[in-house]
Amino acid sequence: MNPLPLVAVAGSPNAGKSALFNALTGARQKVGNYPGVTVERHSGRLVLADGRPVELVDLPGAYSLEPASPDEAVTRDVLLGRQKGERQPDALMIVVDASNLDNHLRFCLQLIELGLPTIVALNMVDLAKRDGLELDPKALEQELGVPVIETVAVRRRGIQELHSAVDDMLSAPFCGVHQHVKSDLIHLQRRAREVATAAVVSETPVRRWTHRLDSILLHPVAGPIILAAIMFVMFQAVFAWSQTPVSWIEDAVAWLSGAASAVLPAGLMRSLIVDGAIAGVGAVITFLPQILILFFFILLLEGTGYMVRAAFLMDRLMHGVGLSGRAFIPLLSSFACAVPGIMATRTIEDPKDRLTTILVAPLMTCSARLPVYTLIIGAFIPNRRLAWGIGLQGVVMFWLYVTGICGALLAAFVLRRGVLRGGGGGFMMELPKYQWPPLKDVAIGILTRAQIFLKRAGTIILGTTVVLWALASMPQARPGQKQSEVSIAGQIANGIETVVRPIGFNHDISLALLPAMAAREVAVSAIATVYSIDSADEEAGSKSLEDRLQHRWSLATALAFLAWFVFAPQCISTIAVTRRETNGWKWPLFMVSYLFAAAYGAAGATYWTAVALGL
Amino acid sequence: MNALFQTDVIGLDRLKVGTRARVSSVDWDSLEHSEACRLRHFGFDEGVLVEPLHLGPFGRDPIAIRVGRMTVAIRRRHAGAISVTPIA
Repeated sequence: MNPLPLVAVAGSPNAGKSALFNALTGARQKVGNYPGVTVERHSGRLVLADGRPVELVDLPGAYSLEPASPDEAVTRDVLLGRQKGERQPDALMIVVDASNLDNHLRFCLQLIELGLPTIVALNMVDLAKRDGLELDPKALEQELGVPVIETVAVRRRGIQELHSAVDDMLSAPFCGVHQHVKSDLIHLQRRAREVATAAVVSETPVRRWTHRLDSILLHPVAGPIILAAIMFVMFQAVFAWSQTPVSWIEDAVAWLSGAASAVLPAGLMRSLIVDGAIAGVGAVITFLPQILILFFFILLLEGTGYMVRAAFLMDRLMHGVGLSGRAFIPLLSSFACAVPGIMATRTIEDPKDRLTTILVAPLMTCSARLPVYTLIIGAFIPNRRLAWGIGLQGVVMFWLYVTGICGALLAAFVLRRGVLRGGGGGFMMELPKYQWPPLKDVAIGILTRAQIFLKRAGTIILGTTVVLWALASMPQARPGQKQSEVSIAGQIANGIETVVRPIGFNHDISLALLPAMAAREVAVSAIATVYSIDSADEEAGSKSLEDRLQHRWSLATALAFLAWFVFAPQCISTIAVTRRETNGWKWPLFMVSYLFAAAYGAAGATYWTAVALGL
Repeated sequence: MNALFQTDVIGLDRLKVGTRARVSSVDWDSLEHSEACRLRHFGFDEGVLVEPLHLGPFGRDPIAIRVGRMTVAIRRRHAGAISVTPIA
């Protein structure tokens, strides 16, 4: 069988390439990885008017064929047919930003020289018009010698025309790429300016509102205040907006567990399903709303172009601890999950900058800690209002995030002066125009996250919960004994307990720490499972998890537990992705040891301070 | 003549926000290869119009600069490698 014709989509960063790719392929997308390198491969399928399918591959954005980052090297190698795991593309679609032709045409000219059948998508013509630019696509077509199609990817304008252009292009004869294209950037840049000038019909100077917005958002005083406010609102919203959907999920879980109890005969099987599976997974999926709200904010900040401004504002401070502003984006993404955050460090060019960012990324409070934080804060911190819209619980949550950030900065500072000394580290970024992101793209992003999280709840979390249930249920306790003391899990926890007793951790916590290595949020389901098994011999079966915690933990223990989770590297996925991104076990092992040491120290300090204060 | 020329040319890091200038030369050798490459990608080149737009809040670093039709952010240290002639 002949493989489908392969069309590569290439262009400079911020040309709206991904939005165009989304508009062309819709939901029919696959995300993979190029072998041997840590660069994602996005591909999708486009169906032509006569029903013939074409494979589209979205290449990483690049400024030229002379790479300044690993991503750009992949773009070059795919186009030259040298990339492992990729066929030589049959044709090329170049995406350029209509309002930035002077710059984007340089890469475009270089790509045309490859000799592949080529079309150019003149994207974001609406924004060019807003900037007072009147362009002549026919003139551009003449100068470039390839078809030019005007598009507005986010409004699906020009998509039909692109389809037929792809059709024409694939029927054109093609006899191999030129391996040696001009790499004289200065010459190409000058030619690009000539072509751009030829394509501009008229230019009326207008007051660009990106500049006006930047005067406020990048203002030396207002800028950082707005950034802090945005982050504060984000974390308050995670709490406030999620309350209603969380209660729906809780009701549904309670209903399901009641229904299962009614149907199943009493015994080990009912205990496994109700106390193991439903209680464990149910406790974790109640946090889905919070995770999705957080991702909504991150995707929105990224899509509007504000994320890069945040990097600009933070660069000097990050530079102070030996990182670059570029690390701000991976670190901010790590608030959702350290795994994509660590993968996002690929955009950092300096290897030592990048390694430092990877090693401190797990300190940013990821969404998997939210279940743990929410549970403990809900149980131990009074729901008091400090001021309009600001609750004490929200403030404690904010404080935990701040502690994580300070820990990360301190760790980076120490690493950059110790094991990761040296290296220049730079900060060079384009500030794209502000844009309202297509809500469809944001929705696709949120849905993907929901799927990943539910899949985790369905597999890793369900699996560990059931294993823990088995360990916690056997052997059965005799009357008068406590189930959580007698069981196999209880025995293992006794071993852990001797180590963590000095920092105020009790038997329940010791029991939860081991399964929580799989994923932090499992700590919650582990505690829930233990208590629901224990409650079989108590009368208090109807008590909520929070009520039980209040009875069994002191405030000092609860605070120490929170401090532990700020630092502890309890996530197999993060360790695995660190191994992959650093090509070996040396750095992941280093990361795990220093984080456990920090967690132990922080929990201990918190516990001893709290006890001394009489809490 | 020479003295006059020297007073006209300043480093891009010393150009005031909102002042337009033309790049007179770039000291490519003082930059690392990937840094020089990125500056070329952004379009920095002799004769190009530039204008500092915003300064970072801490230590007035980095600097947001309009170059051609795009806005880029670079550190003060790198801006110092670019010599410009302000346009009155």
